[in-house]
Amino acid sequence: MSEAGGAVRIGVYICHCGANIAATVDVKSLAASAATMPNVVVWREYKYLCSDSGQDLIRQDIPNQRLNRIVVASCSPHLHEQTFRAAVAAAGLNPFYLQMVNIREHISWVHENRMEATSKAQDLLRAAVRRVARHEALERSRIPIHPDVLVVGGGIAGIHAALTLANAGKHVYLVERQPTIGGHMAQFDKTFPTLDCAACILTPKMSAVKAHQKITLWTYSEVVQVDGYVGSYQVTVKRRTRYVREDLCTGCLECLEACLYQEGRFTDEFNAGLASRKPIYIPFPQAVPQVPVIDPEACIQFKSGKCKKTCIDACGDRHAISFQLEEKTEEIQVGSIIVATGFQVFDARRAPYYGYGVYPDVYTALEVERLVNASGPTAGEVVLRDGRIPKTVGIVHCVGSRDENTNRWCSRVCCMYSLKLAHLIKERTGAEVFNFYIDIRTPGKGFEEFYQKLLNEKVHFIRGRVAEVTDWALDPTEEGKLILRVEDTLAGLVRRIPVDMVVLSVGLEPRSDAQDVCRMFNMTCSGEGFFTERHPKLAPVNTFADGVFLAGCCQGPKDIPDTVAQAGAAAAEALVLIDSGSIETEPNTAYTDEDVCSGCKTCIPLCPYHAITFLEQEKKARINQATCKGCGTCVAACPSGSIRQHLFEDEQIFEEIEGILTYA
Amino acid sequence: MPEVFEPKIVAFFCNWCTYLAADLAGTSRIKHAPNARVIRVMCSGRVDPQFVLDAFAKGADGVLIGGCHPGDCHYQEGNYKALRRVALLRRLLKQMGIEEERFRLEWISAAEGERVKTVINDMVEKLRALGPRVQPVRKEVA
Amino acid sequence: MKPKVAFYWCASCGGCEEAVVDLDEELLGVADAVDIVFWPVALDFKEKDVAAMPDGSILASFINGAIRNSHQQEMAELLRAKSLVVVAFGICAQLGGIPGLANLSDAKGILAEVYRDGVTPARRYSENGYSLSLPEFFDTVVALDRVIQVDYYLPGCPPTPNLIRDAVHALLAPELPPKGAVLAPDHALCEQCPRKDSRPEKLLVKEFVRPHQVVADQQTCLLAQGLVCLGPGTRAGCNALCIRGNMPCTGCFGPTSRVRDYGAKALSAIASVIESNDESQIERALEAVPDPVGTFYRYSLPSSMLGRRRME
Repeated sequence: MSEAGGAVRIGVYICHCGANIAATVDVKSLAASAATMPNVVVWREYKYLCSDSGQDLIRQDIPNQRLNRIVVASCSPHLHEQTFRAAVAAAGLNPFYLQMVNIREHISWVHENRMEATSKAQDLLRAAVRRVARHEALERSRIPIHPDVLVVGGGIAGIHAALTLANAGKHVYLVERQPTIGGHMAQFDKTFPTLDCAACILTPKMSAVKAHQKITLWTYSEVVQVDGYVGSYQVTVKRRTRYVREDLCTGCLECLEACLYQEGRFTDEFNAGLASRKPIYIPFPQAVPQVPVIDPEACIQFKSGKCKKTCIDACGDRHAISFQLEEKTEEIQVGSIIVATGFQVFDARRAPYYGYGVYPDVYTALEVERLVNASGPTAGEVVLRDGRIPKTVGIVHCVGSRDENTNRWCSRVCCMYSLKLAHLIKERTGAEVFNFYIDIRTPGKGFEEFYQKLLNEKVHFIRGRVAEVTDWALDPTEEGKLILRVEDTLAGLVRRIPVDMVVLSVGLEPRSDAQDVCRMFNMTCSGEGFFTERHPKLAPVNTFADGVFLAGCCQGPKDIPDTVAQAGAAAAEALVLIDSGSIETEPNTAYTDEDVCSGCKTCIPLCPYHAITFLEQEKKARINQATCKGCGTCVAACPSGSIRQHLFEDEQIFEEIEGILTYA
Repeated sequence: MPEVFEPKIVAFFCNWCTYLAADLAGTSRIKHAPNARVIRVMCSGRVDPQFVLDAFAKGADGVLIGGCHPGDCHYQEGNYKALRRVALLRRLLKQMGIEEERFRLEWISAAEGERVKTVINDMVEKLRALGPRVQPVRKEVA
Repeated sequence: MKPKVAFYWCASCGGCEEAVVDLDEELLGVADAVDIVFWPVALDFKEKDVAAMPDGSILASFINGAIRNSHQQEMAELLRAKSLVVVAFGICAQLGGIPGLANLSDAKGILAEVYRDGVTPARRYSENGYSLSLPEFFDTVVALDRVIQVDYYLPGCPPTPNLIRDAVHALLAPELPPKGAVLAPDHALCEQCPRKDSRPEKLLVKEFVRPHQVVADQQTCLLAQGLVCLGPGTRAGCNALCIRGNMPCTGCFGPTSRVRDYGAKALSAIASVIESNDESQIERALEAVPDPVGTFYRYSLPSSMLGRRRME
């Protein structure tokens, strides 16, 4: 086994990455310059180093050339550091004798001038060659994985992930903020493009969640704190009270009937505000759990203390209702977490030119979903606010989307749901339906066919972005109508289309508290607030927080099949962790040289993980290797240089600086 | 032909935000000035003031520290620790006659590939205006 | 024949000479054990006497003070040639010390500041066939080891008697310490601080105060009282003399062997205790550190990574 003993012998391997690197960086001259660098005994360039044959080069050179340090100049260490470490280890050398140089993402893909790119590559290579000479053999430690999983969010993503894990025998905590699981999907009537009934496919899964022995379902609850790390997360869940005990309630709903309010008087959130509910309610008939909620903002007892409390009477000796119940906090321990917190729809008021909130018959698509839904406020009848059935309907695509002033992205689902709503509206009312679109995007299985079907159904499509919706009639045919002003870009003229009803196809956006959620789980998110996957292609459900996975629209807009697929993938990733039982950690921890530590305590408050303890007896600081996460803040702060960090030793970084600034 | 001064920037990028942003700039092919040389650290909090001074002492024209946005640190608050150090270090560098444009701390999240370009290009421009800090003996790349 | 030793001073205040005298009667013991062959401040030997000695005939030369002019450099070189061992005595010789703060300016600036509109000394002056010359006044002050090879370092402003005693014994012992050694403990001063236990584990300071602004409590960690005490970053060996006098450590023993730039680390330690994440609050907290270079490089500017201020 060749180890670091004796003289440092470095092998330098430069990857062409096809033309990705070689087209911009002169790999031949880079290899030639490697030959002049200290301790370098082998230098090679190769088409694809990450390929088997590329790795073989390294694997063979280590014993044959007695190499004890390896430098690979290729792509980002975030992509292939593990690959090359494994190759080094396979040859019997400690994997931490490897250093990577990022000459692709940081050089060839971002620079054009070949000479400058090559010069930069030489600097970074020299830095790595100097650095790697200072590397030491390190051992990874393993941390055990707690087998329980937390799933945050009870929409279709969370439901599917939870069921997948539970069916594999794992215990899942499913935490949902709303009183019921089901998420946005529960609000839909039909799903595109197959037009199967959302409830028919969703509610059995919701019931399965409730019934599953392996799932602890906490609705009306929120994760408020997450501590720990992969394998061992401590999670605090705040469970709001519904004033109805879930364990005692049988779901008979007699209390709803008994409420002093004969009719609903308060905004029904589930019906997008199109209906009213009582102070005691369940969001919708198939809600899971089938346990009512009392809204203290609306309930007479909470507001005046002078209610006859007929609900309690109706509950009788089941004693499920109590006004004294209080919010609780649960502390749980899990090994991995699936974040499936979903999306919110674009607030159409932010596009005031469409008159939402001004003209009663301007609806958002989500409202229309409720209108067309058989269990919705109108039992599936598409009617205007005054009860009339619309004869003409205009559907405005891309509301809030693909717009510099609001959201820049395409929300992916709006074209298809607009087509679906057009179909349903036409089916229910026989109305003439106009779609106003920028582009019709139908890149999914059966999507284009569905579009063709709509064309055959004589739904109108006008290509153009609607400028405004107005009720200002210019001629008698427009009286009493909403007029859509639009440039028909195919006909090349500005048109005014009078309609009875306007549907705004609002885009999907991150929830307003996405940034907070992102911080709580130590993930990263894009500027707009969608959570970032670890790698867009190769790790689409992983995050930069180990053991935290993503599913559904919190990662970006997507339709139901994609969401379910992603939820399955997230569950599979969690299963990999659980079934492997433990995970290897990066050995980049900080450690004190206790012989020379003066016990000045500078480091102690700097550690956010409380990994540094002050030994009262010895009067020294000690860093717990299991809880240290390797940020190195204490290392930079230690005034006497008595804290060091594996993999990021001061000497190694000084060598990099030296390497960068030494002119060849 | 008069040669354009190409300042050399030593950049310390945190592993989780700014280094990834630079990776993203790569995968998004966002072209920018080739003057920065990135040293990866796990957190901007790891940047010892000695590293900054050493880089200047060895001839860097500028030093750039890139970390996660306040509140977004992968290690909760390492970037705040960096901020405190940088505030004091900045005062010291000023006394040592190092112009403030030469030393920057920037928050660049993993999603801000475009910002890597903006910051580096802007810094290069400012350093060009300042001229070389020391006149290192440069040899042309073979 | 007793071993020969020499003492010399370069750019220094004379405090290091005092420190030798501070050995009190022990000095007599030292004097018994060795022959002092050169000590301008106390004994009447001349430069030419040293020049006349064979190379390597002095066992040890103790040189204090930084190198700030050409004569000091020449004397250092002379003593180097004559001595088997050269000890940088005191922090000025070791790291540049207080005179090293002159590196915030240069020769021209200093002479202009000192002589204002008066006559500036000329290097050479001739009149009536006689000529006088002055040593060259350098732009940059350097530590002793930048002009000659130094074998051992004795830190402090000045080195404390116990340290000097230990050093002399170490040099007379059959086995010499490793070359290049700093003859003082290699941990930070907090280790020796009588107030060590009073520093809270979670020390965070909202605002620093300067020594003249407060009467510090005599028992409590000075840093915990908001005073910029550099003990955490300073090599031990003085037994916390200043702190025992209720004054914060200003760092005259320099860094430990694990630190390359004293000021950078001391700065890091002080910045670490600021209790704020807000930029303007941090700036406010730092108002009590109006002179970072003078605070963190009081004794080590010439040996810092940057070494000197870059002049316009």
